[in-house]
Amino acid sequence: MMNLLTKLLGWIDERFPLTSTWKAHASEYYAPKNFNFWYFFGGLALLVLVIQIVSGIFLTMNYKPDALFAFASVEYIMRDVQLGWILRNIHSTGASMFFIVIYLHMFRGLMYGSYRKPRELLWIIGMIIYLALMGEAFMGYLLPWGQMSFWGAQVIVNLFSSVPFVGHDLAILIRGDFVVSDITLNRFFALHVVAIPLILVLIIVAHLVALHEVGSNNPDGIEIKKNKGPDGHPLDGIPFFPYMVVKDAVAAVAFLIVFVSVVFFAPDMGGYFLEYNNFVPANPMKTPEHIAPVWYFTPYYAILRAVPPLFGSQFPGVVAMGVATVIFFALPWLDRGPVKSIRYRGPIYKGFLAAFVVSFIGLGYLGLMPATELYTWISRVLAVVYFAFFFLMPWYTKIDKCKPEPDRVTSK
Amino acid sequence: MTENVDQSKRRMLLAATAAAGGVAAAGAGVPFVMSLMPSERAKAAGAPVEVDIGAIEPGTMISIEWQGKPVWIVRRTPEMLDLLAKHDGDLADPSSSVPQQPEYCNNQTRSIKPEVLVVLGVCTHLGCSPTFRPEVSPADLGANWAGGWFCPCHGSRFDLAARVFKGVPAPTNLIIPPHKYLSETKLLIGDDSVKGAA
Repeated sequence: MMNLLTKLLGWIDERFPLTSTWKAHASEYYAPKNFNFWYFFGGLALLVLVIQIVSGIFLTMNYKPDALFAFASVEYIMRDVQLGWILRNIHSTGASMFFIVIYLHMFRGLMYGSYRKPRELLWIIGMIIYLALMGEAFMGYLLPWGQMSFWGAQVIVNLFSSVPFVGHDLAILIRGDFVVSDITLNRFFALHVVAIPLILVLIIVAHLVALHEVGSNNPDGIEIKKNKGPDGHPLDGIPFFPYMVVKDAVAAVAFLIVFVSVVFFAPDMGGYFLEYNNFVPANPMKTPEHIAPVWYFTPYYAILRAVPPLFGSQFPGVVAMGVATVIFFALPWLDRGPVKSIRYRGPIYKGFLAAFVVSFIGLGYLGLMPATELYTWISRVLAVVYFAFFFLMPWYTKIDKCKPEPDRVTSK
Repeated sequence: MTENVDQSKRRMLLAATAAAGGVAAAGAGVPFVMSLMPSERAKAAGAPVEVDIGAIEPGTMISIEWQGKPVWIVRRTPEMLDLLAKHDGDLADPSSSVPQQPEYCNNQTRSIKPEVLVVLGVCTHLGCSPTFRPEVSPADLGANWAGGWFCPCHGSRFDLAARVFKGVPAPTNLIIPPHKYLSETKLLIGDDSVKGAA
């Protein structure tokens, strides 16, 4: 029996690089042995992607992308399809969990300098994934065709109409109509279930290929490839399979416990994962009293609202919001620090990073709130802090008093 | 290091982990598989149907929908019933030995009451719905035609007890769905449970 399997493997290996691929990416891919809590989130993001794709396929079997039937078809899934409510709650919870995991994954990169040389391209590919994910989430949110779906899409698409000269036509091009309509719903459906998932999977593969080329960073921010044993493997590395896989499996179990708790006991999460107004069918004649994007977009939404109109145009706010999202691309070149990891950075960087986290969470909270005068002013202050973290980075990372990096990784 | 490994304990832990993971995976698969089964809406559409047969004239047929399929109800005349016994030699299964009907309809007329035939209007060949042709010896069906159904798709022929003739594509008699009388003129199609039967 074993002999037969060995022969089959040999037959395949002569025609397809199965064993060598397995070795290069799993059994002989060496990851730093000092990974900590923050290194769970890449694997968890992959897990959520699989959950979203599988639950999404099953939802598509009963969903109808038609303005007349979309809302009712979601209710049909919730009430009539056997256990369809579980599938729908898995998918809606998965959307929010995806962003929680991705934000923690990105924060890990900020803390340990994972975007620094030689991982610039790895970081950039990751940022493209993040932008694609935002598009995916935005278009998916229109599909239930509730009040928040409709008016959220209306507001976001109208952002594009503030672009000088071409904005009006650009918004019409995106909607395919003069208002968000059945036509818009149909094309968002096509993009949400086919186009963007395909792109996501492709760039996630590229993200992993780039990661395995340069190797993982670690909490010490030093290169384990500098210290290799006589066998040519990093002394501070251990094979991804089975060691890291087992570790990630434990994290996956813990994560799934949280995940299913939300699915079964709090699928709307107090109106943050599923907004209450979205249980009302879309009505193009009546805007709900208070509209806010889903929580994962609110930091940027708060920045948009914080910028006052200039020269009679909303465009500066749109630009500020756009810059706030794409500024992450420039991080590898903004950071001039002599060390990567926060463990060996000086107090200035730590202070700026803490201020950035406060501003991000604060803006996220304010983006959910009605825009009162006080809140708008707080938003403005926090937006300045947000941008200061990036734009002052070339200066403060250089003057910061860093500690010397160790030669070998350390474990606490 | 390897010599200190308790191999049997490791095997036990691996097996236990794999078993627990397998149970979890199977449990997670339940909602996905269940969502593929008929929904409550589909089940409601497949529920038993009540029909009033009081208004059916002798010699005519009505067609109703049950589970999305046509069900025919015919009130046969005494002449039609007489003709049923006269062409057993031409039928593929004159005594209905293939169980295409509930036990209580396994008789000469394939019905509970001789004159009222309830039959699923779906050809046992490839699923077309045959045409009701009650007239005797029409020009297009030949002199031997004693009334019945003719399938326009592939030419299968059935008599007025929905029994199939020899030499046509359909292999078996048409299906008699479960049904029962709620009263003299009320039929319930799709349910023949004795509970509450008239």
